[in-house]
Amino acid sequence: MYQYTDFDEQFVRARVQEFRGQVERRISGALTEDEFKPLRLMNGLYLQLHAYMLRVAVPYGTLNGAQMRQLAYIADRWDKGYGHFTTRQNIQFNWPKLADVPDMLDALADVSMHAIQTSGNCIRNVTADHFAGAAADEIEDPRPTAELIRQWSTDHPEFAYLPRKFKVAVTGAPNDRAVTKAHDIGLRMIRRDGVPGYEVIVGGGLGRTPMIGKVLNDFLPREDLLPYLEAILAVYNQHGRRDNKYKARIKILIHEEGVETMRSRVDAEFARIKAEFDGVPQHVVERIRAGFLPPVWKEADIAPVRDPGLRSFIDTNTHTHKQADYTIVTISLKGIGETPGDATSDQMRVMADLAERFSHDELRVSHEQNVILPHVHKADLPAVYDALRAAGLATANIGLVSDIIACPGMDYCALATARSIPIAQEISEAFSDLDRQRDVGPLKIKISGCINACGHHHVAHIGILGLEKKGVESYQITLGGDGTENAAIGERLGPGFAADEIVPAVERLIAAYLDLRLTPQETFLEAYVRVGPAPFKAAAYDEVQANAA
Amino acid sequence: MPKSFTPQIVTANDLMLGDVIYLTEGGWSRRHGDALVARSASEAQEMLATAQAQALKIVGPYLADTVLDDAGRPAPVHFREAFRTRGPSNYDHGKQADLRSV
Ligand code: SF4
Repeated sequence: MYQYTDFDEQFVRARVQEFRGQVERRISGALTEDEFKPLRLMNGLYLQLHAYMLRVAVPYGTLNGAQMRQLAYIADRWDKGYGHFTTRQNIQFNWPKLADVPDMLDALADVSMHAIQTSGNCIRNVTADHFAGAAADEIEDPRPTAELIRQWSTDHPEFAYLPRKFKVAVTGAPNDRAVTKAHDIGLRMIRRDGVPGYEVIVGGGLGRTPMIGKVLNDFLPREDLLPYLEAILAVYNQHGRRDNKYKARIKILIHEEGVETMRSRVDAEFARIKAEFDGVPQHVVERIRAGFLPPVWKEADIAPVRDPGLRSFIDTNTHTHKQADYTIVTISLKGIGETPGDATSDQMRVMADLAERFSHDELRVSHEQNVILPHVHKADLPAVYDALRAAGLATANIGLVSDIIACPGMDYCALATARSIPIAQEISEAFSDLDRQRDVGPLKIKISGCINACGHHHVAHIGILGLEKKGVESYQITLGGDGTENAAIGERLGPGFAADEIVPAVERLIAAYLDLRLTPQETFLEAYVRVGPAPFKAAAYDEVQANAA
Repeated sequence: MPKSFTPQIVTANDLMLGDVIYLTEGGWSRRHGDALVARSASEAQEMLATAQAQALKIVGPYLADTVLDDAGRPAPVHFREAFRTRGPSNYDHGKQADLRSV
C-alpha cells in the first residue's frame, strides 16, 4: 500500500500543531467563533446538531489494518465507540470534544491519516472505485491516478479558495462504481489503440441542481492529466460564479455557458500551462506506482462450499476478482435495522484483523457505506465468513433492498430538513426477511436528509429526499435514477409522504414492481425504464388517496 | 405584549462539548424546560444579546419559538428543536439521554 512520504508526515504534523494552537486560542477567548470556524473546518471539524463532528479523510477509500485499528482506538478513546462511514468514502466521528480534537488528529497522523480538505471550497478527498486494484473488469488501477491528484491538490495555493467545493472521482473499469458522472470532474481510465488515457467528464453533481456530467475530452493522454486538470480548475476559478453560493459549482458554469465554451477555454489554458509543464518527476511516478503493486498472490486448495449461509453470502457479498482463485468480499454495514455506514470499534478491529490475515492488509470504504476486503483467497472464505458472522457483520444483502445509503440527516446534521436514518432502519426492518430481498433482486434505495443530497438520492432506483412541509417531516420520492456508467437523475414521483407514510409507500412501489416485472430477472430499474412512472405512481398514491377518502 | 408574539427561548451549543444548551435566568442549562422565556420581541433581543456576549462559553446562539405547558415550562415548537432536546433517534446516547440519569 502507498506510504506517505516524510514530506506528508511533516506537513500533517505541522498542521496538527498549528490547529492545537488555534483550539487553545479559541478556548482562551483569543479567537472568536467567526475567526475560528474557517480554521476548524479546514481541519475537518464541524459543529453539528448535538455535538462536534470530525470528518477524517480516507484517500480513495483505501485503508490498511493498522489504520482501521487506529480508527477503532480513536472511537473508544475520544468518541462513543463507533464511527460512521460516509458516501465520500470517509469516516466521521460524531461526538468529539473540542479540547480532544488535536489529540485525535495526532493519533490519526500516527497512521498517516488526517482530516485536511474534508471541508471548505477546495479540492476534496479524491474518490475511486472501491474495487480498485481487484476487480476483474478493471482496465487499470485508478488509485495511482487518485494519489497523484491528491498530492497535486493538497494545499495547492491556487485552489484553496475556489468558488465552491470541488470533487473528483476516478474509475479504472468500464462498469462505473465511482459515480464519476455525478462529480465536478470524473475520470474514466480508457485505452485507445492500446494507449492509456482518460475520458474527462465535467460538471456532474447532485445537490440542489442535479446534473449528469458531460464529456469535456474523450481521450486525454495520460501524461497530460495534471496540466489539463489545472486548466479546468483555472477556468473554473476565473469564471465560476462567486456571487451566488447556489450557482457556484462548475456544473452551473457549464450549464450556463455550454460545454463547448468550457472546452475552448480549457484548451487555450491547457496550451499555455502545458508549454511550461515539465511533467511529473520520474521519482514521484515510480514511488506512486510502487505503492500500488499487486500483492503476491498465494495458492491454496479451495474446498466446495456446503454451508447454505456462506453460499448466500457468496452470492450477494462477493464480486469477481481479477485472479480466478480470489474474490472481493463486501462487508455489509447495513445489518437489518442498523444505521447505514456505522461500525462499532469492535467491528472495526475485526475488519482490521481480517484484512491483515486474509486480504493482504487492504480494506476499502465504499461510497455505498460498506467496507471491502479486496483480495480474499476463496479458500479463506469460510474463515472470513465465520469471523464476520461472530461480529454481526455477515448480513448477505449487498445490492438488495436493505443495502441502503442514508446520510446522517437530522439525527446529526445541522443542515438537515428531515431525518434519514430512521427511514432507512424502518425499510430495512420491513424487508428483514433476506429471502424476500433476494426475490426483489438488485435495488438501490438512497436517502438524503436535505437538498444537498449527500445520500445520492438522485441516482437511486428509489430515491428519498427528506424535507420540511408545514412544520413536519415530508419525504419526496424519485424513481429511475442510476449512478453507473448509464447515469441518470431520478424523476420525481409526486407529492411528498409524511414520515409514517413513506415506508408503506416504498413497500407499495416494490409490490408494484413485483407485479409488473416480466421475469424474475428483470430488475426494478429495467421495469421502471420499460413501463415508466404511471403504474408506480398509481401504486404509491392509491392507498393514501383511499385513506383520505 | 403584542398579541402576535410567539414566546421564544435562546439556544446554542456549548463551546467545549458542542452539546445543546439553553439560556436560563442565571446561566445555561442542558434542559429545554429550564430555559428562560422571552415574552416580547424586545425581551428576546435582550436575551440574544446576553447570549452573544458569552462567546467564550457558547457557539451560535439563536432564538427559537416555544410553547408553554400547563406548568408554564417551555417546550419546543419545531421538530428540529424537539430533536435537539433528545439527541439522535438511532442510539440512546445523546447528551439529553444522559440527563435522564442525572
Ligand atoms: S444531505 Fe443534507 S442532511 Fe444529509 S448529510 Fe448532507 S447536508 Fe446533512
